[in-house]
Amino acid sequence: MTRTNFTRRGVLRTGAVAGAGVALPTIFTASSAAAYTNEPTGGTVTLGFNVPQTGPYADEGADELRAYELAVEHLNGGGDGGLLNTFSSKALKGNGILGKKIEYVTGDTQTKSDAARASARSMIEKDGAIMITGGSSSGVAVAVQDLCQSAGVIFMAGLTHSNDTTGKDKKANGFRHFFNAYMSGAALAPVLAAQYGTDRKAYHLTADYTWGWTQEESIVAATEALGWETVNTVLTPLAATDFSSYIAPVLNSGADVLVLNHYGGNMVNSLTNAVQFGLREKIINNKNFEIVVPLYSRLMARGAGENVKGILGSTNWHWSLQDEASKAFVKSFGTKYGFPPSQAAQTCYAQTLLYADACERAGTFNPCGIAEALEGFEFDGLGNGPTLYRAEDHQCFKDVLVVRGKENPTSEFDVLEVVEVTPRAQVEYAHDHPMFAGGNLGSCNPGA
Amino acid sequence: MLGLNNKDTLLLIIVAAITLLAPFILNPFPTQSAMAQFNAGYPDLMQRFVIFGIFAIGFNILFGLTGYLSFGHAAFLGVGSYSAVWMFKLLSMNVIPAILLAMLISGLFAVLIGFVSLRRSGIYFSILTLAFAQMSFNLAYSVLTPITNGETGLQLTLNDPRILGQVTTAEGSIPVTSLFGLEMRSTYEMIFGPWSFQFNAGYYLCAIIMLLSFYIAIRIFRSPFGMMLRAIKSNQTRMSYTGLNPRPYTLAAFVISGMYAGLAGGLMASMDPLAGAERMQWTASGEVVLMTILGGAGTLIGPILGAGFIKYFENIFSKINDNILHSWFAFMPDGFENALVAIVHPFVGKGWHLTLGILFMLVVVFLPGGLVEAGQRVAKLFRRRKSEKTSDESAQSKPAE
Repeated sequence: MTRTNFTRRGVLRTGAVAGAGVALPTIFTASSAAAYTNEPTGGTVTLGFNVPQTGPYADEGADELRAYELAVEHLNGGGDGGLLNTFSSKALKGNGILGKKIEYVTGDTQTKSDAARASARSMIEKDGAIMITGGSSSGVAVAVQDLCQSAGVIFMAGLTHSNDTTGKDKKANGFRHFFNAYMSGAALAPVLAAQYGTDRKAYHLTADYTWGWTQEESIVAATEALGWETVNTVLTPLAATDFSSYIAPVLNSGADVLVLNHYGGNMVNSLTNAVQFGLREKIINNKNFEIVVPLYSRLMARGAGENVKGILGSTNWHWSLQDEASKAFVKSFGTKYGFPPSQAAQTCYAQTLLYADACERAGTFNPCGIAEALEGFEFDGLGNGPTLYRAEDHQCFKDVLVVRGKENPTSEFDVLEVVEVTPRAQVEYAHDHPMFAGGNLGSCNPGA
Repeated sequence: MLGLNNKDTLLLIIVAAITLLAPFILNPFPTQSAMAQFNAGYPDLMQRFVIFGIFAIGFNILFGLTGYLSFGHAAFLGVGSYSAVWMFKLLSMNVIPAILLAMLISGLFAVLIGFVSLRRSGIYFSILTLAFAQMSFNLAYSVLTPITNGETGLQLTLNDPRILGQVTTAEGSIPVTSLFGLEMRSTYEMIFGPWSFQFNAGYYLCAIIMLLSFYIAIRIFRSPFGMMLRAIKSNQTRMSYTGLNPRPYTLAAFVISGMYAGLAGGLMASMDPLAGAERMQWTASGEVVLMTILGGAGTLIGPILGAGFIKYFENIFSKINDNILHSWFAFMPDGFENALVAIVHPFVGKGWHLTLGILFMLVVVFLPGGLVEAGQRVAKLFRRRKSEKTSDESAQSKPAE
């Protein structure tokens, strides 16, 4: 049945064809003339906005996309100019970047590293994106940052709060404006001690990925330094939607504080479960049982509704801030979309402006030039007060807000109140701090 | 040629021509035109086409021939990816050892899972494989974090040993995957008038490996072994009563198809050195079932077509956003434009699953044999016309005789 008629001629012929096939790709390895990956040649420049449109962080993703669209509008000279007017650097003229009009492509990260990388790769290879930004999960941010490093484009991280993004997994082509888990711990712990006392037993529920791990580590370290005791830490899958089986053991653990290291849809569900179990009415060790959500956002607070009242957490930015820049941003975002922006939107907007400004100041789109312009850059007027982009790890340093769920919200957006603005000096750390050690920035890669 | 009959040789040549010329075929629209949205000829997607083609070819050896529906094939893909990335971390950035280890480990894994799962058939087999795959996913996602790096995915770092290759490049970055120095990401761009075509080294490596896998699959389909597998599908009880033990055959088919999946996983990691646990999720296993059925289960070319079809939708349709829709319908009056955009909106962008679902439904209802059946029907239509013509001629010639 099998025909094994290998003739001399047949073998020779197929050998030659196969050889030609193997040799074929080597003809094409000559490198192209461009100085760096996706050098823009026409009158436009393409940016890639890679955000989660599905999955547990989809709400944040949608808000990020709105912010990006707004930033592009302002950079191209449309709208009311937004933060271009308040930004301390005046290099941006509202005529795009370096005179080129900004175009953009969008992609869905699905909150999965694999899908996010595929989407980013297609933006770089197909659409010629010169910069990738976005992401609402640190796992995704770390994966995409790694891809951008090897492809030779700049990655402006969106909402990523893990210490690893600018710690263990930092990359020369990656930059983060958002604050991180260490800063949350440093800002939140003193407030927790002042409000709940120094003799507390904490129980952690943690999303099982890079962000959850580093946040748990940071909060445990910061609270234990103030005298708290950590009873237990439990990891929960990122894809989980029902946390009742994780909440029940908390009641019998002897803990009197529950720390939810969850974000987005995860936090909405776990907090709701915790409240349904009546945790907040419990009195354990003669103290009121308290719940803490170290990383807070308005979108989450809105999703969790009534349950967030009185719950403490930290945030990067809040729309109720009264500085000129925050007011200007809330105004242009509100005019365009009809509601105030979230912290995710603010950081993404700021990152886009910072990128564009760095291009203008460097006078090139070359990633190495941009990196040089951003490293050690001091700026103000983007809503977070005076900010530094530290050269050693590409992390921004700025004030951190400690917020609490409002008892009497006046509208569906007015759900958080600022308890304390923690000054930058209190959340700063050495770039070789043990929680950030083990990484290596490497050198900037312009690709091509 | 190569021990194939004429028809199969022709098929192999056609597939080879299509894959090798894919950079041209997939980029039919000029770069600046509005239709460029539908171009699929960029390295990432082309690599995905052939890699998932390999995955589906392998799956078809099991499902198409023996009829055993495995719902856990993504586990092998994931295992292959993890082994390949570990090879890049420990040994060197050469793709050959990575691919070989990926096949070996996934083969071993398949022996293990196959040995247990193949004790049952039908729905029980499917559930067993699904359970194993879900188990592997959860292991990779949380329990085995030191090996798999959990949700973040396994990545290369500057601190990896890489005992046979360089740890860092001269510029201080992580070296890229290569085949004896030929970088997988190196791409030559050919500009031809308004068109541009991208020729990527990694794609051609994947394409050649896919052609080899395709050839091996043809040989398996036409071999006595393949006949045995078909016998299992048609009536396993009868086969046992004739004195043949079907289990070694099914296990062999299972392992072969697992190694195909491992090969695909290894190639994925070679093209982009990252392995994430999502690759092992049940949705990924379901995807290859869809690919095979959409293309035509049990046919040679079907799975490749199905893989291409689904990947095209996933990558091209999912990127059409409202702005692009508005630019398409911009020539119409505002009211019409907005109405049309509102109608089309749920079917593109993140709604691509919906479009794919509808198409899948239509295919299963009207073309149970998949895309291959569509091709056959069209071919038959032409052949009938031709044969009608020839029969006319012969009818005319008869009286003259």
